[in-house]
Amino acid sequence: MSAVTLQDIVKRFGTFTAVHRTTLEIPEGAFVTLLGPSGCGKTTNLRMIAGLLDPTEGDILIGGKRVNDVPIHKRNLGLVFQNYALFPHKTVAENVAFGLKYRDVPKAEIPAKVQAALDLVQLPHVGDRYPKELSGGQQQRIALARAIVIEPDVLLLDEPLSALDANLREDMRVELKRIQERIGVTTVFVTHDQSEALAMSDLIVVMSEGRVEQVGKPEEVYNTPASEFVANFLGASNITEAKCIEHGASVVVEDATFGKVTVPAAKAPNLTGQGPAKLVVRAEKLLLSKDPAPEGVISVPATVETVDYQGQAVRYFVRAGETQLQAINMIDEHPFAAGASVHLHLRPQDCAALPG
Amino acid sequence: MGWQAIRIWTVLVYGFMFLPVAVVVLLSFNANQFGSFPMTGMSLRWFEELWNNDAVMRAFRTSIVLGLMTAVISTTLGILASLALVRYKVPGRNAITTLLIAPILVPEVVLAVALLLFLNWLGIGKSFALLLAGHVIFTLPFVILVVQARLVSIKRDVEEAALSLGASPVQTFFAVTLPLMLPAVAAGALFAFTISFDDITGTLFWKPGGVETVPTQIFSMLRNSISPEINALGTVMIVMTVGLPLLGAAVARKLAMKSGT
Repeated sequence: MSAVTLQDIVKRFGTFTAVHRTTLEIPEGAFVTLLGPSGCGKTTNLRMIAGLLDPTEGDILIGGKRVNDVPIHKRNLGLVFQNYALFPHKTVAENVAFGLKYRDVPKAEIPAKVQAALDLVQLPHVGDRYPKELSGGQQQRIALARAIVIEPDVLLLDEPLSALDANLREDMRVELKRIQERIGVTTVFVTHDQSEALAMSDLIVVMSEGRVEQVGKPEEVYNTPASEFVANFLGASNITEAKCIEHGASVVVEDATFGKVTVPAAKAPNLTGQGPAKLVVRAEKLLLSKDPAPEGVISVPATVETVDYQGQAVRYFVRAGETQLQAINMIDEHPFAAGASVHLHLRPQDCAALPG
Repeated sequence: MGWQAIRIWTVLVYGFMFLPVAVVVLLSFNANQFGSFPMTGMSLRWFEELWNNDAVMRAFRTSIVLGLMTAVISTTLGILASLALVRYKVPGRNAITTLLIAPILVPEVVLAVALLLFLNWLGIGKSFALLLAGHVIFTLPFVILVVQARLVSIKRDVEEAALSLGASPVQTFFAVTLPLMLPAVAAGALFAFTISFDDITGTLFWKPGGVETVPTQIFSMLRNSISPEINALGTVMIVMTVGLPLLGAAVARKLAMKSGT
């Protein structure tokens, strides 16, 4: 049974539709990420699950029960915000104990539960301090402890890592995932950061302009994007106009740059037959080489136009005929210089195809 | 040279403003019946006479009761109005805010006469309740201005966090919102008390016969004679209206330091 279900949800603000008719199932115990750019409706969905917004149409079910009319404080949810939202006038221990006071937890058990939660987030000694005495990362850990100590049915995380520094963000990502796996709570995570989504999720829901573009495991969403939007939002992709000339046991797509490409059928699930199509080539699957490719690998001559050096990798903008493409390659010794003539290598099985 | 002139000018301005007050305070300790310099001796005699003056003591009690009630009612109304205006989408919010703040902008005499005429028209006579209502009307804007400013700075997230943890909206208000806006609430209450305690214009219009507050008492005493008792009463007023806010600010700072807000 799914822990949370959005059933034909629509949310309008005046004449603006923030969420178009959406149905979504969030499996018990899963870490589900709502991913999309700002304004795509991901936070609106989260706030409707939380009970901070009422859906205009449709039902929200938590644990199989319709909760549309259940106010937020009776939904038993853990909520973590981007800016921590700790109570500044209470100590860390009082913050964590807050939710327990409104539940049938015997007073004597509260300190032990608080300590266990602080241990879980690896901040066992800060109970007596005030939030402003802690760093941003520490405050977010306390916010997490406060949300999970009440043993919520669902943990809702609204961009919890966005306010942190880059390095800290990656540490917290690992930490957050570890804690979630440890307690096994169903988690809905909202972010606009694709690497967070890919690293942490069991399931990614890619959203754009109030609609769900694709739901899938990280590898599925990454390797087999269901739409041009998904292909572009998760990493860098080259998308070219093409034509499907064979649609059977194997799918063959032809475009002006790469010629005939035999795409695995699994990577073109939405392509229904011959006709206009789009070829999706991930930037990191396009390899630059000074030699032509061996047999079975597509090889296209090209010229390097721009070199964007990033340390362990380089992003090249290259021109092959009329088409500008981008490629992200790990560096072996020196990167190619701008103006160099190269061969682009592309394995057909790394390509995906979309309906045109 | 130029700076020197500005310095002297500044001293003169402050002297002009505060010397009369200083003279009043100084003379209240004068042993002599007639307020003239040089003083012939120090004495607390006038304070003692104040203490034994029934009319003054009655006025004092009236002022304090009036001030406290004004503070309590104004603060309560101010908090509720601010909550509504800041946290909820009230239609015509700007118009309501302007209307609530208006009593500061209207000259006090006009407001005093208007309220009196209005109640006269309704056939309601002067009473202590009317006096209280008048004081609430024109201390309310101060409370609303201070509390609203504070409430805007309290993030909605913090309240939403409390709600998500199981506190009802009312519990959230008392556990989170109110403690966070306490410094503003205290400041608003102090404002209301001192303004009410100090007020004379409105009070002269609204007070029922036989009721005197400290300022109206001083006013009526002045009409008879200039008694040194008035100096002593003035000193007490100054201590209360200057000392209370200072004390309040000190307490607020202590509290803020402790809670880290």
